[in-house]
Amino acid sequence: MGHYIALAGVLFAIGIFGVLTRRNAIGILMSLELMFNAANINFVAFNKYIASSSGTLTGQIFAIFIVVVAAAEAVVGLAIVLLIYRNWKGIDVDRINIMKW
Amino acid sequence: MLENAFLIPFYPLFAFVIIVFFTRWKEKLSSYLSIGMILIGLVHSIGVLIQMIARHGEPLEMSIPFINLPELQLELGIWIDPLTAVMLVVVAVVSSCVQIYSLGYMHGDPRWSRYFSYLSLFTFSMLGLVIANNFFMIFIFWELVGLTSYLLIGFWFEKKSASDAGKKAFITTRIGDLGFIVGLLMLGLYAGTFNYQEVFGIVKSGTLSPAILATAGIFIFCGAVGKSAQFPLHVWLPDAMEGPTPVSALIHAATMVAAGVYLVARAMPLFSASATASMVVAIIGLITSFMAATIALTQFDIKRVLAYSTVSQLGYMIMALGLYGVDTYHHHHSPGFYAGTFHLMTHAFFKALLFLGAGSVIHAVHSNDIRDMGGLYGKMKITAITFVVASLSIAGIFPLSGFWSKDEIVAATSGHPIFMFFTLAIAFMTAFYMFRLCFLTFTGKPRDQHKFDHAHESPKSMTVPLMVLGFLSVFAGWVGLPWLSHGFSSFVFHGEAYHAHANYLLMLISTVVAVSGIGLAYAMYYKKAISPDTIVAKFKPIYTLLYNKYYFDELYEAAVIQPLMGFSRVLWWFDANIVDGLVNLTGWLTVKWADIKMWFDKWVVDGAVNGIGYVCMFFSWLFRYIQSGSFQFYALVVILAAIEILMFRVSLLTFYILLAGVIIMALLRLALKNNRSGRMKAEPNIEA
Repeated sequence: MGHYIALAGVLFAIGIFGVLTRRNAIGILMSLELMFNAANINFVAFNKYIASSSGTLTGQIFAIFIVVVAAAEAVVGLAIVLLIYRNWKGIDVDRINIMKW
Repeated sequence: MLENAFLIPFYPLFAFVIIVFFTRWKEKLSSYLSIGMILIGLVHSIGVLIQMIARHGEPLEMSIPFINLPELQLELGIWIDPLTAVMLVVVAVVSSCVQIYSLGYMHGDPRWSRYFSYLSLFTFSMLGLVIANNFFMIFIFWELVGLTSYLLIGFWFEKKSASDAGKKAFITTRIGDLGFIVGLLMLGLYAGTFNYQEVFGIVKSGTLSPAILATAGIFIFCGAVGKSAQFPLHVWLPDAMEGPTPVSALIHAATMVAAGVYLVARAMPLFSASATASMVVAIIGLITSFMAATIALTQFDIKRVLAYSTVSQLGYMIMALGLYGVDTYHHHHSPGFYAGTFHLMTHAFFKALLFLGAGSVIHAVHSNDIRDMGGLYGKMKITAITFVVASLSIAGIFPLSGFWSKDEIVAATSGHPIFMFFTLAIAFMTAFYMFRLCFLTFTGKPRDQHKFDHAHESPKSMTVPLMVLGFLSVFAGWVGLPWLSHGFSSFVFHGEAYHAHANYLLMLISTVVAVSGIGLAYAMYYKKAISPDTIVAKFKPIYTLLYNKYYFDELYEAAVIQPLMGFSRVLWWFDANIVDGLVNLTGWLTVKWADIKMWFDKWVVDGAVNGIGYVCMFFSWLFRYIQSGSFQFYALVVILAAIEILMFRVSLLTFYILLAGVIIMALLRLALKNNRSGRMKAEPNIEA
């Protein structure tokens, strides 16, 4: 159990770090996927160790939902990245500061 | 009919209201409504008179409470006794004749409906005045009468002289009315009531001191002096002739000016209880009568002669009433009361006739000046005959109505030799100036050929009232024949009935006086045996004095109006400089104070408000750089904040360290704000 949580924590931390530091928009999206998967691991692991006696599969089903939503999110995200690329001729997120004051 | 007598004033009032609100634009309808209503009133009045005779003059009183206060009870009510009944008929008859006459006289006037509505309002007021049962009510109608008189004198208000005359009449009578209301309040104060019978009962009981009675009487008489144009307030009546002639006949000859006489007659119990007040009344009446008669000798305006004649005849009546008061006080029998009221009635008829006749003449020649007339008898027979009849009547020729009433007035002066002498002198002058008027107007050669050629007899609507009044001028006096056992004298009386008896010596004297007056006029103006010019030349100063009406107008101008104007100018100066100065100073100070407050508002209050705004703006200018637009920075803050919340539960030290770290990061961000300042502009999409 501890190993799973540690793995998930490490994955999540790597994901956060990636999201906060990558300049490449694609890289940020990939880091986001890491964070999703860290969450998935937690769901499955907790379901296995805490709720398996009742025979429910809530965690696993949730994980599958997250995978689906993540795929949809990736589609939207990539579409945005494509538009950003068209407008700025690049995907460096530091240059994209239209939300500035 | 007697029980519904309170309706009588309401007929003309109804006409007035309907005309003002509904039929103003339908002129014919307005006049017919007005005439119809007064005719109904006339029939009703005659009914009341007949019933009054049938019940032998038993008075009738009806009233409703009007204002009820602990200290003051006022009522609206009617008091009908023979005097009231006679006055109702006189007012209604004259008003009917005048309104019918006006159909012809006012033909083509642009304010036709208004004229008839005023006449109706006047008739209402006059009937109300006559029928009232207390002093308070009579005062209300008294003022209403004054108002309508003002409106009618100034009816042709485009003419300055007419509007001035209206104002003069209103203000002059107002002076008398002031006295009236003082006397009225005195009575109210001392007697505690306004009702005639209650007041007279208290007067009779002798609880009021003679001084109070005399003062109250004289003050009430002031009202009569104003309304009846007695000396020294007579100046308004001749000027009032600026009004339409039918109005002069109705108001300024027959009815309104008779109101003063009526008031004195009505308040006779008060006057007969005070010899002083009665003597004042009699003397004022005599002075007025003599003065006006002498002025009438010299005037050339046909209406003014008649106006002064009216003043003179009213003085006669007032004098007779005053003498009656004196005699009654001394327990002498006197025909004065009956003479005054009787003459009031006969005079109303023949003076209205004279005015309407004069109106007819004026209508024909379009001039008031008798020097423009002459020889009109051939052109206007009806007018001339009725006019002469009325003149004979006023001169006192047997057996016309004026003879009987004037005779009684002369009889009333028996026992007062000075009064009698002047009364006969006035009778002589009256006969003279009336026939001077007749001869100059209707006989001789036309003095203004052009005006004579255009003269013509007046239409039927004007001549018929003349004939009706002519009939009354001849026969109305017969109700007071001294041989009648139940004539006027035993119907209208005060105290105990006076039994008139024929005094043949007196009749002879007054006839001689009248005939000699007429004879002198005949000699001077018809036969031209005596030239008026030589007489004028002989008595030049007196003639000038009389021709200028004793300089009363000039005297008032100098004694009253000029000082008043001067005083007003002083007050005006005070107003313009001191009062206005103070006001303007206050205004100026207020403005300055407001300026100071404005400065305070602008700089201190607004400054505080704006200052807060500027401070906010400054900090927002500073802090907006935190909004870098970089979502990675935002995400970092969010995650750090989440960690902070966790740390708060775990370790305060770590919490503060992290907090410090976050703040430092934010400040760094501020410091670096200019690194990549400026917004990235989106470049145009070339492909699209």
